[in-house]
Amino acid sequence: MTANLFTLSFFTELLSSGLRMTTPILYTALGETFSERAGITNIGLEGLMVVGAVSSFIGVSLTGSLLIGVLIAIGCGVLINALFAYCVIYRHSDQIVMGMALNILAAGAASFLYRAVFGISQTPEKVEGFQAISIPGLSKIPVLGQVLFSQNILLYLALILVPVCSFVLFKTPFGLHLRSVGEYPKAADSMGIKVYRMRFFGCIIGGALGGLGGAYLSIAYMNMYVDNLVSGRGYIALAAVIFGKWNPKGVLMATLLFGFTDALQMRLQAMSLGIPYQFMAMLPYLVTLAALVCFVGKSVGPAANTVNYVRGGKE
Amino acid sequence: MSEREYLSMEHITKRFGDFTANRDVTFCVRQGEVHALLGENGAGKSTLMNILSGLYQSTEGEIYINGKKVSIQTPQDARALGIGMVYQHFMLIPAMTVTENVMLSMSGLGPVLDFEATRAKIRSLSEQYHLEVNPDRYVRDLSVGEQQRIEIIKVLCANASILIFDEPTAVLTPAESEGLFEIMRLLIQEGHTIIFISHKLKEIMAICDRITVLRGGEKVCVVDKNSTTVEDLGNYMVGHKVALDRYPGREHQEETHLLELEGVVYSEQGVQKLNIDHLHVKAGEILGIAGVDGNGQSELAKAATGLIALDQGQIQVAGQTVTGKGAKAFIQAGVTHIPEDRNRMGLVGSMTLYENLVLKQIGEAPFSSLHGGHINYKVLHHHAKEMIQKYDIRTASENLPTSALSGGNQQKVIVAREMELGGKLIVAVHPTRGVDIGASDYIHQQLIAARDRGCAVLLISADLDEILRLSDRMAVIYEGQIMGYEDPENPDINRISLMMAGKEGPAHA
Repeated sequence: MTANLFTLSFFTELLSSGLRMTTPILYTALGETFSERAGITNIGLEGLMVVGAVSSFIGVSLTGSLLIGVLIAIGCGVLINALFAYCVIYRHSDQIVMGMALNILAAGAASFLYRAVFGISQTPEKVEGFQAISIPGLSKIPVLGQVLFSQNILLYLALILVPVCSFVLFKTPFGLHLRSVGEYPKAADSMGIKVYRMRFFGCIIGGALGGLGGAYLSIAYMNMYVDNLVSGRGYIALAAVIFGKWNPKGVLMATLLFGFTDALQMRLQAMSLGIPYQFMAMLPYLVTLAALVCFVGKSVGPAANTVNYVRGGKE
Repeated sequence: MSEREYLSMEHITKRFGDFTANRDVTFCVRQGEVHALLGENGAGKSTLMNILSGLYQSTEGEIYINGKKVSIQTPQDARALGIGMVYQHFMLIPAMTVTENVMLSMSGLGPVLDFEATRAKIRSLSEQYHLEVNPDRYVRDLSVGEQQRIEIIKVLCANASILIFDEPTAVLTPAESEGLFEIMRLLIQEGHTIIFISHKLKEIMAICDRITVLRGGEKVCVVDKNSTTVEDLGNYMVGHKVALDRYPGREHQEETHLLELEGVVYSEQGVQKLNIDHLHVKAGEILGIAGVDGNGQSELAKAATGLIALDQGQIQVAGQTVTGKGAKAFIQAGVTHIPEDRNRMGLVGSMTLYENLVLKQIGEAPFSSLHGGHINYKVLHHHAKEMIQKYDIRTASENLPTSALSGGNQQKVIVAREMELGGKLIVAVHPTRGVDIGASDYIHQQLIAARDRGCAVLLISADLDEILRLSDRMAVIYEGQIMGYEDPENPDINRISLMMAGKEGPAHA
């Protein structure tokens, strides 16, 4: 039993599965990085992923087109976050309360929508999801080939997004302006940067990537939708942004930690070690919690994160 | 300097709800002059300038540049017209580098940031105008003076021809201020126009050509520097004669030390904030502590009032060792406190005047009976009415929340409460910051009166003039250390300046 823990194929499987578990959280956390860099914390990420998951699943199963499924997930994510952004940026609602409302709304709406479309059945509907694409040549490299170059396209895209996000945030005027409204909106305002608009853009990016993160779960990983499919990954993404110090590369590291622990616990469960499986299932969450407590004590985020800005307000 | 008006703001009125911040103000500036905008806190200087820089929109009135009517709706509009503002509260992002901060203020950046070009631009401007800065440092690591230089560079990078300086010397040492004036003279030579907002009369006389005076949101007059005096300007600003002289010292000297600090060391997050070998305040004297903001003044005040736990050292109040005993023991030993931030430390803004006036004594007779079990509201109201009379607190009623009062009157509430405690030591921190001159004079008189009664006063202030006018002895603090003492009656301003900048001292007294 313990012997097969150390085989090469075990590790290869573990790593490639870990990467798959990482992807949905990575998307969502990258999106949230933009949002928080602009000063808006959306704790409704869980709800956002649920919306992405259910909408893309319905889209694919009705049209049979994966592309349409992805676009619908992005569209719904953007729509939901635009609503959230309107409330917190322009109407100055409390960000935490609105995020919570989004979580509750999404959970109910998703269940309802799924049942409205598919009815209630014993066996969940399935769709033909994204298939792995082996990259010629590179996928033949031992271990690495299977881990990195024999995955589906959404996973490749997520990995490519990491340096792209870094570049946008730190090397472009858009990123500079976005960060400035999350640090000191009044200063940004005084320099003619449109604070509300930049914050709105941050939220829109968050919505698009959050929706995509949800879609990954339903049409590229499980290929079905069930209630509780997202099961806390939105909150993990929220933690990953902090753990990753609001930096795309850091966020990648943080989500990898969770992804690999998740993959590991699934394998440990399968080995039936005599420990109740619920304890195994806790593992990724415990690791995240421990990581947050132990390593991120003094993580300093954008100074004006979660602080609403009222233009022209007297100090 | 030309005689023609380059910029004119005509009949500007700005209302915030019911409150009128500017009423029919006309303000004109000629090309190539340094024009002062003089007024007390709340006179409407900042509002007027925020309208000019596009942060606010005026309710009524028009703006002309070179005789052409312009519309300034946003900061971009102002920038496009060549108007740039150097803010008093710097508009800099501490978590970004100097270069990033400068780029933020530039338009037309293209799709990708060009760090190298911006660095080069910063270097060339800093050479041209003697504005020394390192483009790659993070703003959070820079001194106040350096941050101000970045603000100036930002404005110059945006090709501003009219530069507005909002109380630029408030955060500088006298020597740094002189350096700033040099930079301003260079800017004028290069053809820029400067609007200088201040309430410091001597500075205005030193640097400005003409002066527009505002009072209570309205324009009082425009005067030429050469045809006015410091005294006149003071009169225009306040509406009555201003005392600028020193208060007379106390004739009778006492030797009892009412406050004594010995070997006091205090650090926060690994950074040493206080390191004082010895400091004492005698009965019947005011010890002034001068220094640039953020050099341990807050920590010194907190140490002297028992609000922080020291790493090392002893504190005695009226002969009692109170080290490490907490604020209550300090109060019982006779410490009273006029804190630096009246809104956060001194008052509970949402509570009424009569409640705020007894915050420290509420548990005692006659304000409550049964050892604080029952509050005697009648006594509270009566007490409040008495205090409002005695301390000249301008309010409609004692039932108003203190947040509804003006800064000066809020400060008077604190002074009333603390004076009535009849303590032996008064720790007063920036007691007149953001307070109009009338109230500020009154607070000064109260401190002098307390001293004459035999109280010891530890006066901590960033306003050097305040220190010089009130103190019997004065010291300068820099990075938590006492750099040395000066005679406030015949001060060597140059030496004070050096000590404030950490270039002289530490001496042992």
